Parts: sequence; structure tokens; C-alpha cells
Amino acid sequence: MNTMVPAAVNVEALKDTTLLNMGIFALFVAVTMVIVFRASRNNKTAADYYAAGRSFTGSQNGTAIAGDYLSAASFLGITGAIAINGYDGFLYSIGFLVAWLVALLLVAELLRNTGKFTMADVLSFRLRQRPVRIAAALSTLAVCFFYLLAQMAGAGSLISLLLGISDWGGQALVIIVVGALMIMYVLIGGMKGTTWVQIIKAILLIAGAGVMTAMVLAIYGFNLSSLLGSAAEAANNPAILNPGLQYGKTETSKLDFMSLGLALVLGTAALPHVLMRFYTVPTAKEARKSVVWAIWLIGLFYLFTLVLGYGAAALVGAETIKSAPGGVNSAAPLLAFHLGGPLLLGFISAVAFATILAVVAGLTITAAASFAHDIYANVIAKDKADATTEVKVARRTVLVIGVLAILGGIFANGQNVAFLVALAFAVAASANLPTIVYSLFWRKFTTQGAVWSMYGGLAAAILLITFSPVVSGATTSMIPGANFALFPLSNPGIVSIPLAFFLGWLGTVLDKRREDPAKQAEMEVRSLTGVVAEKAVDH
Amino acid sequence: MGNEAQPQDATASVDFQEVQQTERFKTLRKRHRSFVFPMAVVFLLWYFAYVLLADYAVGFMSIKVWGNINVGLILGLLQFVTTFGITAWYVSYSNRKLDPIAAEIRNEIEGHEFDKDGNVISGAAK
Repeated sequence: MNTMVPAAVNVEALKDTTLLNMGIFALFVAVTMVIVFRASRNNKTAADYYAAGRSFTGSQNGTAIAGDYLSAASFLGITGAIAINGYDGFLYSIGFLVAWLVALLLVAELLRNTGKFTMADVLSFRLRQRPVRIAAALSTLAVCFFYLLAQMAGAGSLISLLLGISDWGGQALVIIVVGALMIMYVLIGGMKGTTWVQIIKAILLIAGAGVMTAMVLAIYGFNLSSLLGSAAEAANNPAILNPGLQYGKTETSKLDFMSLGLALVLGTAALPHVLMRFYTVPTAKEARKSVVWAIWLIGLFYLFTLVLGYGAAALVGAETIKSAPGGVNSAAPLLAFHLGGPLLLGFISAVAFATILAVVAGLTITAAASFAHDIYANVIAKDKADATTEVKVARRTVLVIGVLAILGGIFANGQNVAFLVALAFAVAASANLPTIVYSLFWRKFTTQGAVWSMYGGLAAAILLITFSPVVSGATTSMIPGANFALFPLSNPGIVSIPLAFFLGWLGTVLDKRREDPAKQAEMEVRSLTGVVAEKAVDH
Repeated sequence: MGNEAQPQDATASVDFQEVQQTERFKTLRKRHRSFVFPMAVVFLLWYFAYVLLADYAVGFMSIKVWGNINVGLILGLLQFVTTFGITAWYVSYSNRKLDPIAAEIRNEIEGHEFDKDGNVISGAAK
């Protein structure tokens, strides 16, 4: 951090509040731990551990979905992107919201009605179990791994910003603490504990962002136009209000944004950790309510980030943000300090930590459930394992994933891995969504189609990313020294998603085997009516 | 509670292919698909039209309409409005057109009754 810092007061002040930040974060951990312990008392069956006994209401689950979905990248990243690149940051957030309509209309209720614990339950429902389940579990693990690594690596840079810890060892220690806390939540609390952490975090995050939004708007007399004018003036660039600053630079970057937009809009409804949340409610109707709540909360939050982003541009200034430790990500914390001094900064910093914690907990339980339920119970133990053994395996998997996440976070710390989140969405949209849609709506869909689509989509997304400028060939690449960037776009979606849909169709029409029509009928009837879908367990 | 294995047992005798062929189920499927498919096409087209405009029609998006509020911001906020609107419309459509008929079919198969929220109110629950 030897760059010149123009507004040294602000940035130095960030460090002075370290103790306060830690105190507020410790309070969050203490409160959530108590709740997790209380919630874990009833964790007995697999349905308790994976699906919280299906005991949450639609509004609780919707809030938890918002808590699961609004990662630190959404909060800090989008606010920062709007502060620096103006309109294009806002454009980015719209894809994240509109995507929920896919979940609402095509996926949530039908999935709740047909599955039990994991995405693979639905995908393998009427196809041959083993091949489809293995493919679905692998793609679940891939998405969770990429997403988790991005979150843990982001934790390092967040720490340098919020706690003023800039040495590698100190950051590693904090990553270990975050990882260990997450393991405790998931190990002890299971889905119930994880859900409560997400609910509390969502409320704090949205309330915090709401208060800041009201404060920014109050400064400008609740006139959006004068806020925008002030932001453009502070940036000394009226183009900050127009599209194009970030994505409009070249023809390639325009196409890249199309590709990203496609991945965002089609990937959200196929993210395994989002899908798994639909099993925590008793009925399809509650699953629908969950999505409705999530849409309102997430939409509201992105409207807040619009005001916060332009507010940071106007009140803090792009230069100060860029030169602060943490760069673009520091826009929201710096704005908090400007508006409410150390106390608001401490609160927002603690919320940012809680955000990482809640998101990694959600990813970990999803990955553990998929490994234990899909790979261990159904493939390795061939359906002979009892539920107790399965949950035991899930708990051990949580430990393994937790340790991997900590190690990954420490070694990826400082690396440019922000593309991993976009990759997770692209993999979800390519490997999962075509098979979800086909198996719910296309009667003739077969096992071969599912397997081709899932492996084809997964491989295409990962290969294209590997040979893209985010990995090599540009100054901002992960490996800037090398150049094997054969694919010009940073996001593979525009190629891999249509390819996966095509492979699903091709695999099906070329398949000589036909699937059991009775299973197809059962899936269709169950998905639309909710017959025999599991209800909440009374305790 | 044994609720892990129960669903399969409870419906082992149900002929789902027969249910699938009933007029009532066909109506339910038709009502569901005739709402969600066109709606999905509409909102995806509208979203990509917006992204294309932001990508390739920067001049148009930058036209100021009121103060510093330009076309781009208005269209962006309209994406929020349509998302909220479609959500509300779908919920009301489901409540009126889908849930009652789904509950009827469920009642018939499972042999007990549900209230409008899908909770069992009579018959052999669990």
C-alpha cells in the first residue's frame, strides 16, 4: 500500500476502527452461535440435517435465500462498480434480479414437489439413477468449489480493508477463523443453523444498506436527479450516468457482457445451493412464497446499491476509492464512514464478514449433502446406507470441505479470482439448467441426453474459461506471464449454454433406450400437484 | 417419524399414468404451461433487448428525460418494475387457477383433504 492516498483521513480512520469492527463481528458470531446451538437440538434425521426438517416458512426461507444469494461480491462489488463505472455496475445487478423469474416460473415449486435433498434427486428422478446422479453431483461440487474459493479468497482482501491487517500471516489467520466458524455452524447446526445465520445476516445487510441509502438520499433532498448530477460532477465525467464505461470499450467487451448476462439470468435458478433451500419448506406453495420474498428483498437491495454506488461516487470520490486498500471493494465501507463515522463503518464491516460466513456455510452444506446423499449413499453404498451413516458422512465431508476452503482461501488470497463467481454461474447455467428444464418439461428426454448435456456443459464452461483472457494473456489475468488465451471472451456462457441445450437434445434423439413412461408420469403428476411431497416434521 | 420412506409406500398403488391422462390433470398442465412458457419468453426477450440497448445503443440510453435521469436509468428501473409485476401476477394466477385444481387431484390420490395452503385438514395425514 505505498500508493499516494489523497483522503488519508478516511483511509487511516478505517484502521482506527479495527477493534470496534471486531467487537461488532464478535457480537454477531456470539448471537448466531447461541441460535445455532438451540436450533441444532432437534437435528436427528437426514431431513433435519439437510433440509431443516422442512420446517421453515416461505418468508423465513425467502429471507435466507436473499442471505445466501447476496454475497460480499454483490454488496461491496456492485456498490464499488457503480461508484467507479457508473451505469454498467447497475446493469450488472439487474441480471442478478431478473434471473429469479426463471426460478419462480420454471423451477422452484416443481423441484420442491419432486426432490428430497439435492438437485440430483430431481435430475435423476425418472432417468437411470447412477450416471445422472454422478453427473449432477460432480457439477454441484464444481459450482460449490468455484463459488467457495472466490468467497474465501475475497475474505483475504476484505480483511486487509476492514481490519487493517495487511500482512499475509495475519490475513491467513483471519481466513482460518472465518473457516473454523463456518465449519462449526454447519457441523452443529446443519441446514437449520445455516438458515438462521443467513436470515440474520440478510436482515442486517438489507437494514444496513437501507439506512445508508436513506442517509445518502437525505443529503440530496430525496432527489435522485441531483444525486446523479453530483456524482457526475465529482467524477468529472458525465458518462458515468450512461452505459458503456466498463462493458462498452470494445466489440469483444460488448459481446462479453451479453455472455455474462446470459450466464447470470440462466445460472441463478440452477445454483445448487439456491435449489437446496427450496427443500427447507413444507410445501410447493411455501417454495413459491420463498421466491416471492427473495425477489422483493433482492430487488430492494439492488435499488439500494444504485443509490449507494452513486452516493459513494459523489461523496467519497472515485480516486479515493481506487487508492484505498481493497480498491473498488472499499466504496461501501468508505461511504459508511463518511455517513455515520466509526460506528456505521464497524456495523457495515461486520455485516460484510457475516455475509462471507453465511454464503460459505450455505455452499458447504450443499456440497456436503451432495457428496453424502448422491455419491456416498446412492453410488458407493448403493442405497444400503441408513440415514444416520449418511448424515455422519455429510458431517465428515463438511470438515474436509472446510479445511479445503481454508487452504484454498489462504493460497488464493491476493490472486485475481473474481472471475470464479461468474464461472460458477456459467457452469450452473450450462451443466444444470438444460437438464433441469428438459427433465421437468420434455417427456422424451433420456439419460443419454442428460449425461451429454451435463458433462458437455461442464467441460465446455471450464475449458473455455481456461483458454480465456481471465486466466492468461492479459495484464489482469490470473497468470499474466503466459498467453494461451484462445477464446476471446471472459465468460463462456454464450457458447457453453446453447451447446449444453443442443447436446441434451442430440443425446436424447440419438438414444436407443427409452425411459420408463410410468416414471415420467409420476414425475409430471408429482411436480405439478405436490402429491406425496414431504411435509414438515413435527417435533 | 419415518417420513423418509413413507411417500413411496403411500403411493405405490397409484397409477400415475392414469392420473396423467385425466382431463383434470391435462387442464392443470395446460394452465401451468400456457402461463409460464410465454411469460418466460417475454421477460427473457425484454431483458436481452435491454442488455442489447445498453451494449449497442449508448446514445439512445444516454438521452436525458428529466434532470439527470436518462432513458437507460428509466429502462433499468422498468426491469425492476416488470420483475415485481410478473411475480405478483404469477402468484395471483397460481392462487386462482393452479392451486385449487392441484389440491383436487392431490385429494383424490392421497385420500384426504387439504386446505388452500396445502396443509392436511382431514383424513389420514402422515
